[in-house]
Amino acid sequence: MELTTFWFAVIAFLWTGYFVLEGFDFGVGLLAPALSRNEAERRQVLGTIGPVWDGNEVWLITAVGAMFAAFPAWYAGMLSSFYLPLTLVLAGLIVRGVGLEWRGKVHHASDRAWCDLGIMVGSGLPAFLWGAVFADLLHGDALAALVGGVFSLSVCALHGAVFVALKTTGAVRARARRTAMAVSAVAVPAAVIALSGIPSARTAVADWTAAPWLWVCALAATAALAAGVALVWRGREGWAFTATASCLALGGLALFGALWPAPMPNLTVTEAASGPYTLGVLTWIGLAALPFVLGYQAWSYWVFRRRLVAEPV
Amino acid sequence: MDALDLARWQFGVTTVYHFLFVPLTIGLGVFVAGLQTAWHRTGKEHYLRLTKFFGKLFLINFAMGVVTGIVQEFQFGMNWSEYSVFVGDVFGAPLALEALLAFFLESTFLGLWIFGWDRLPKRVHLATIWAAVIGSNLSAYFILAANAWMKHPVGYEVVDGRARMTDLWAVLTNPTATAQVPHVVAASFVVAGGFVLAVCGYHVLRERRDPDRTRPVRRGADMWRTPIRAALVMTAIAGAVVAVSGDTSAKLMYEQQPMKLAAAEGLRHDTAGAPFSPVPGVEIPMMLSLLSTNDPNAVVQGTEDLQKRFTQQFGPADYRPNMPVVFWSFRVMIVFGLATVGLAFLGLWLTRGRRKRNPRQVPSWLARAFLLALPLPTLAVVAGWLLSEIGRQPWTVQGELLTAASVSPGVGLGEVAVSLALFTALYGALALAEAVLIVRHVKSGPEPVAPARRPDAPSGVGGNTAADLQPTLMY
Repeated sequence: MELTTFWFAVIAFLWTGYFVLEGFDFGVGLLAPALSRNEAERRQVLGTIGPVWDGNEVWLITAVGAMFAAFPAWYAGMLSSFYLPLTLVLAGLIVRGVGLEWRGKVHHASDRAWCDLGIMVGSGLPAFLWGAVFADLLHGDALAALVGGVFSLSVCALHGAVFVALKTTGAVRARARRTAMAVSAVAVPAAVIALSGIPSARTAVADWTAAPWLWVCALAATAALAAGVALVWRGREGWAFTATASCLALGGLALFGALWPAPMPNLTVTEAASGPYTLGVLTWIGLAALPFVLGYQAWSYWVFRRRLVAEPV
Repeated sequence: MDALDLARWQFGVTTVYHFLFVPLTIGLGVFVAGLQTAWHRTGKEHYLRLTKFFGKLFLINFAMGVVTGIVQEFQFGMNWSEYSVFVGDVFGAPLALEALLAFFLESTFLGLWIFGWDRLPKRVHLATIWAAVIGSNLSAYFILAANAWMKHPVGYEVVDGRARMTDLWAVLTNPTATAQVPHVVAASFVVAGGFVLAVCGYHVLRERRDPDRTRPVRRGADMWRTPIRAALVMTAIAGAVVAVSGDTSAKLMYEQQPMKLAAAEGLRHDTAGAPFSPVPGVEIPMMLSLLSTNDPNAVVQGTEDLQKRFTQQFGPADYRPNMPVVFWSFRVMIVFGLATVGLAFLGLWLTRGRRKRNPRQVPSWLARAFLLALPLPTLAVVAGWLLSEIGRQPWTVQGELLTAASVSPGVGLGEVAVSLALFTALYGALALAEAVLIVRHVKSGPEPVAPARRPDAPSGVGGNTAADLQPTLMY
């Protein structure tokens, strides 16, 4: 495989990892007020992402850094053309990160309420906007951007609700399952529309023979989401989370498959790419480092694998 | 006022703001890891209390460094797309490596540290804070290597109007970087040391004024002696590194960025045996030549003569940076930085003596002077960045790319104005909130902890649960 193809795949992998991982922490942040009735429950809900959200966000930093290094023109073109949406994404990530870190360190309930507001807005805004930005990148169309945003917001919410159900006990767990079912009423239709639009986005007529595996990914992503809803209904939370994660992973695969070989209109990966020396040397370093990074991140999930109970405040 | 001016303001505001928090992350993290190591080795309770006290201050500050850092990574593409396309091949590589090798380490292990007090064996838990601070310090290396390349581009060739990397090793071992990395990292330790001194100074003064209030918690200023001595040592050593690496940087500046050196000194014409003036009106003969080349008679180029030479070399344009800003930031950096380091050496002398045999107490006037150790090095660091980056103007990449040619062509004045206004308002509000939060935590002081577990006891044994040990670090 030539290096530009490989690095496009690496970037697709990093973005997809970001969608899957930060997808659930966006959902948890967004739904925290709905999933908890008191301070003890609120801590229980936010505690599910407490140790891991920052590491999940580094997937974004790495994805964007890799785009900068491997495809500077794509990085520069995409970031400067989605200027205001990305400004809002950054503002959201700022208030969210600060809210999550400061929440346990403020003294008054009113300050905690500010943190909660920051976490909720700062989770919802990027969750919506990333879907909108990538849908706009793919379709170049405002309505498609709106659908993409609703899709990513609702799927993140569902993914987060399932994660809370998987990681908690008691009233919060039951509430998270009910919330997941409620959110699925929006998420599943939005997924059907948004995902089915991906394979034929760059072609004039929908022709499944042009890109059969894109159709396979899009259909499998939709099916995984539907399966996730059914599994959470049956109380199989581990499998349900696997299913919602698969939906985001397959959706990411379909998205980047459709963006290949021209991630921006009028810009192919070959035109956007850095020189073979840079790509080559980064490949070696990346391949050497990635197993360690994935290993210790997986270990941190293993350390915090237990379900959380609501402890008296 | 056009989009270029606002984009420059945005870069300046974001970068300076980001770097208000980063030095504390870098230096205080190591300080906290050191305290926890001391607790691990001695089992003494007050080390644990200090670990948690400074650990909490570290975490309040850490959040701000992280979130403003994301803006840093995005703004190259958003505001400076022409720059990004030109340099991405070279400049993007250290940024990608920074994320992959440093940020993952920092964020994952910090999460493990914050939430792992009762879930990890003590030794492993101690290792997590060290892994996190290694990540922070490593990130400084990569981003400073990228920044050094803007001042002294190496290991590349320009092909079809884009820089192409030819040698990553040359980029990572750029002499500008290997002088700048110790300079900035050590300066971060000075800032962190100054922060600790100010916090301790405040408590020492309060306990002397109002001994009854604090006595039940811990006897007298004794508790603060350990962090004061540790911070003094840290600040003094780091200060020496800052001075030596700063001298190296000045010599590199003489070769690589003569215009910046001339502007920093206000030297208008090429001068042999150039003098150094600490303040206008006072001149130390031949000092500038000596500082920048080790030769008191060497010729230092002046701004006006450089302007003529650059015009010949690169075409007509104004190649002089904003002279007053560069001139004064150079002096603020040196004076405030040296004052902090001087305070540290003075403090070390005045508090000398072994702890057990009647150690010298911190004099009250010295404790009051410690309060200045918070603002002084921070201002020195801000001034250092202003010197470094405004002094590089009008270039983004010295000799290769002008700032005016770096800005995003498709981004309008309105868009930059909206985002600049939004970020500035957000930064202002959050800075205020962080200051209030830090002051509150400093005032409430170290909390008593349940008797520490034996270092080798398994977790959960002895009645210490997460709630006893770590009540406020959790959500």
